[in-house]
Amino acid sequence: MATQADRESIRPWLLMSPALVSVTLLLVIPVMFIVVYSFWLRTATGAEQVGFYLDNWQEVLTDRFYRDILFSTLRIAAITTIVCALLGYVPAYFIARSKTRYKAILLLLLMLPFWISYIIRTMSWINILGVSGGLNIFLQSIGIIDEPLQLLYNEPSVILGLVHFLLPFMILNVYVAVDGIDENLTDAARSLGATGWQAFREVTLPLSLPGLAAGGLLCFVLSAGTYITPMVLGGPGNAMFANLVFDAIITQLNWPLGSAMSLVLLIVLGALVTVYNRFVGIGQLAKSFK
Amino acid sequence: MGSASWNLLRFYTILVYLFMFTPIVVVMLLSFNSSQFGAFPMEGFSFRWFVALWENDAIVRAFQISLVLGGLTALISSTLGVLASLALVRYDFPGKQSLTTLLIAPILVPEVVLAVALLLFLRWLEVHKSFTLLLLGHVIFTLPFVILVVQARLVGIKREYEEAAQSLGASPIQTFFQVTLPLLLPAVFAGFLFAFTISFDDITGTLFWKPGGVETVPTQIFAMLRNSISPEINALGTVMIIVTVALPLLGAAIARRMSSRS
Repeated sequence: MATQADRESIRPWLLMSPALVSVTLLLVIPVMFIVVYSFWLRTATGAEQVGFYLDNWQEVLTDRFYRDILFSTLRIAAITTIVCALLGYVPAYFIARSKTRYKAILLLLLMLPFWISYIIRTMSWINILGVSGGLNIFLQSIGIIDEPLQLLYNEPSVILGLVHFLLPFMILNVYVAVDGIDENLTDAARSLGATGWQAFREVTLPLSLPGLAAGGLLCFVLSAGTYITPMVLGGPGNAMFANLVFDAIITQLNWPLGSAMSLVLLIVLGALVTVYNRFVGIGQLAKSFK
Repeated sequence: MGSASWNLLRFYTILVYLFMFTPIVVVMLLSFNSSQFGAFPMEGFSFRWFVALWENDAIVRAFQISLVLGGLTALISSTLGVLASLALVRYDFPGKQSLTTLLIAPILVPEVVLAVALLLFLRWLEVHKSFTLLLLGHVIFTLPFVILVVQARLVGIKREYEEAAQSLGASPIQTFFQVTLPLLLPAVFAGFLFAFTISFDDITGTLFWKPGGVETVPTQIFAMLRNSISPEINALGTVMIIVTVALPLLGAAIARRMSSRS
């Protein structure tokens, strides 16, 4: 008969088992499966050849086409992350240090974009920047331009859409970090003769870096893995790496090649998450849920 | 900090908030535009585009699918998530740290990769694109969010209540249903609404998993964008914003009432 202590030690495993089984069956095994699948081959007839072929990997890793798009994806993600940090740090700091009743309103407003669909936030820019969008109509009505400007379907408009989508993640993470810094520390720095700017640079900024890193990681990983924004706000030349995955899987039905490309994305972004976890810790990301 | 530089920070913050919200306000504004075209200038105020939505069978069907999918996802995901969170917060056991990481792994893996892996693995098992695949996919990527939210709430609930009930002779089952669950309800509720909203809004995985002919509201909007933006899309966006923003606000209000009563 099981003792009380035995039952007590089994209980957490019972509670966790449905979630663990789901993650294993729906994530861990499928990812292992596409690792195997990426070595299979799709023949000209569309049939799949089971075996160990390096063709898909060779194509993805050596073809200039894929490499160029991978690099431009990483570039777009990096620019998006930097712009988010530049735009997001000040509001995060302002909300954290604000003492007025507007603090609660600003925080509530900050949560709103998380509840509004990504596709709506992305397409909303067409209303502003499109040929008959708000900005063109405005510029025409005050006579600065005669013909509407083509502001959409280029790399800057893709980056704009990504920044708009990801900025709340950055602000929230930096806010959580700044809010957790004891204000007595800056007061102490001030009383020892530091100027406001020095106190910020020497005390607040370094202590808020984990939040900035968490926000940066989310911005980078989420923008590098997107294919919706380039499809809605980009032109034909603005495909990102995930667009290639989508094309291979959905349009060309070349599943082994699509598997290899997905894994390239997973490895590149996974390496980044690992480095982040080594230096900052995944726990920082969870703080913004509290 | 000097008040001049503080004012500068305030001004910067206002500009950033304008950047975040202007496009969304414009969507809502244009959805009431009575003009033929979905663009400026506003010609007049009208509900005609909302009526057009209501009369469009494809859109009504997409709404039904999104609601059912979101509801089922939230139900399954919050059940799994609450049970797992209880284990993670209330018990100590070997390997806890790595299991926590495993359980939140679905948000660490890019959604595109998750979508491809699940699609191809289940296809190999002869489970083809279907509502079931959509549901499984939505459950797996909402689960970590539920776990993170519920865990954060659970930490705040004191164990003493349960210990008191048990020392007064309640069985573990009685303790769970009469003490733990009522205290837990706001957290369960938060997890449920969070999962619903994420599922209702999702497009990245959904485009991979949905069978041909089945559309959720986001994929319907995406398909309609192929032609060009129309006032109908803005109206559909407005309805979605109202659904996904009103629900959590409602949820927060109910949770506050429940916790103030207990």
